[in-house]
Amino acid sequence: MNLEISGLVQRFGATTVLDSLDLRTAAVRSLVLVGPSGGGKSTLLRILAGLDVPVAGSVAFDGVTLPRDEPSLRAYRRTVGTVFQAYNLFPHLSAMENLLLPLVHVHGLSESEARARVRGPLERFHLAEHAAKRPAELSGGQKQRIAILRALVVQPKRLFLDEPTSALDPEMTAEVLEMIGELKDLGTQFVLVTHEMGFARRAADLVAFVGDGRVLAHGPPGEIIDRCDVPRVRSFFARILP
Amino acid sequence: MPRWLAHTIVVVLFAALIALAFSRVNYAWNWAGVWEYRQKLLQGFGVTVALSLTSLIVSTLIGMLAALLLGAKNPLLEAVGRVYVELIRGTPLLVQLLIGFYVVASAVGLENRYVVGVLLLSLFSGAYMAEIFRGGLAAIPQTQRDSARAIGLTPWQSFRLVILPQAIRLVLPAVAGQFVSLIKDSSLLSVIAVSEFTLAAQEVNSFTYSTLESYLPLAAGYLLLTLPLSAVSRLLERRYRYEA
Repeated sequence: MNLEISGLVQRFGATTVLDSLDLRTAAVRSLVLVGPSGGGKSTLLRILAGLDVPVAGSVAFDGVTLPRDEPSLRAYRRTVGTVFQAYNLFPHLSAMENLLLPLVHVHGLSESEARARVRGPLERFHLAEHAAKRPAELSGGQKQRIAILRALVVQPKRLFLDEPTSALDPEMTAEVLEMIGELKDLGTQFVLVTHEMGFARRAADLVAFVGDGRVLAHGPPGEIIDRCDVPRVRSFFARILP
Repeated sequence: MPRWLAHTIVVVLFAALIALAFSRVNYAWNWAGVWEYRQKLLQGFGVTVALSLTSLIVSTLIGMLAALLLGAKNPLLEAVGRVYVELIRGTPLLVQLLIGFYVVASAVGLENRYVVGVLLLSLFSGAYMAEIFRGGLAAIPQTQRDSARAIGLTPWQSFRLVILPQAIRLVLPAVAGQFVSLIKDSSLLSVIAVSEFTLAAQEVNSFTYSTLESYLPLAAGYLLLTLPLSAVSRLLERRYRYEA
C-alpha cells in the first residue's frame, strides 16, 4: 500500500489529539505505529480504518482519498478489516456465527458459501475445534484470533489492528503475534498499532513513531527503534527497551 | 438439601403459621356461601387473564416506543419520553385510572371500560418497561457498536443483529418481573368497574359477608398466574448468566 496522509487534525472537545499529522510512505506491506500512550496512534488508526472522520486533513491509500460521508465510509469499511484491543466478537453468537455474519449480511454470500469460505482459514489457524463455542468459552488469545479471522475472511485489501495483544498475557500475546506474522508471510497488508517492539522489528516494513499528535519519525524498524536521531523518539526507546 | 425439599419445608411452615393465626381468631368459615358464586369468581379470573395478556403485549409495545424516545437525540422527543416515564412512575395507579377513565377517556368519547382499562394499565406498565429497555440498550458496550460498524453493518443491521439480541437477553428477567407486577396491578381496574377477578371477589364478599372466603381464592388465583412467570424469569436469568 501507498499511504499519503496530509495535515490530519483530530480533536475531542478541547483536546487536540492529532495536530496536523503528515506521513507519506513508498509501497509498504506492513506499517507499524508505535509511540507513547495518548500520542494519537489509535486515533490515527480509527481514521485510517474509516471509523472516525478527522476535523481536517486527508488520507489516501494507493491514490484513493478516503471519503468523509458515512455511506461512502461504510462502503470503504467493507473493503478493509479492523480488529480492536478486545471485545471484538459478538457474545451472543458462536465463533462460527461471528465469522459468518459479515459474509452473509454484508457481503451477500449464502450461508453455505460462507461456511465453505471460512473452513480453510479455521483449519489453517487451528481454530476449527473452537468454531461452535461462544466467546465466553474461548481464551483471550482464541477470541483475538477469531476476530482477526473474521476481518480476514471477507478478503479485505488490508487489515487495521489496534493493539490486538495489549489485553492479553504473554503466552496469548505470542500466539496472536504468531498469527499476524503468518499473515504477513501470506502477503496480507496491515497497519498495526502495538507496544511489542520485538514484533515491530520483525514484522514491520515501515515503523512510524506517533507522538504529540504527529509522526515524529518514520523509517525501517532498525533505524527508528535503534538509531533514531530525534531526541523524543530516542528517549522513548531508551526508557522502554532493556 | 435439595431445593424442592427446602421450598416445601418453608411453605409448610408458613402455612402452619397462617393456620395458627386463623385458629386464634376463631373465624367461622362459611365456604358453602362462597361456593354458590364460584361461577362469578371463575369469570372474573378469566377477565383478569384476558386483560393481563392484552396489556402485556400493549405495554411491551409502548415500552419499546418510549425507550426509543428516551434515547432520542432530538431533545423534544427525549423530553416527551422522560416526562411520560416520570409522571407515570411518580403517581399512584389509582389516580391515573380515575383521571384517565372519568376525565380523559370521557373527554375523547372512549366509553368501553375494558378498552380504557387495558390502555391505562398498559401506559402504566409501559413506563416501567421503557426504563428496563433503555437500561438494556445502554448496557451494551460501545465496543460492540464499533465492531458492528467495523465489519460494515448499517445502523439498522447493527441494531437488529448485534445490539437487540444482546439487549433482549439482558432485560428478559426484569421484563418477566414487570409482567408479574402488571398482573397484580390489574386488580386496581376494579375501581373503574371492570368486572375482573378482584371486583368479582368484592361482590361475592358483599353478597355473602364471608370476607376471607372471598379473598383467599383471589390470592390463590393471582399466585396461579404469577408463580409460573417468576419461575420462567429465574430460568432465563440462569440461562443467560454466562454471557454477562
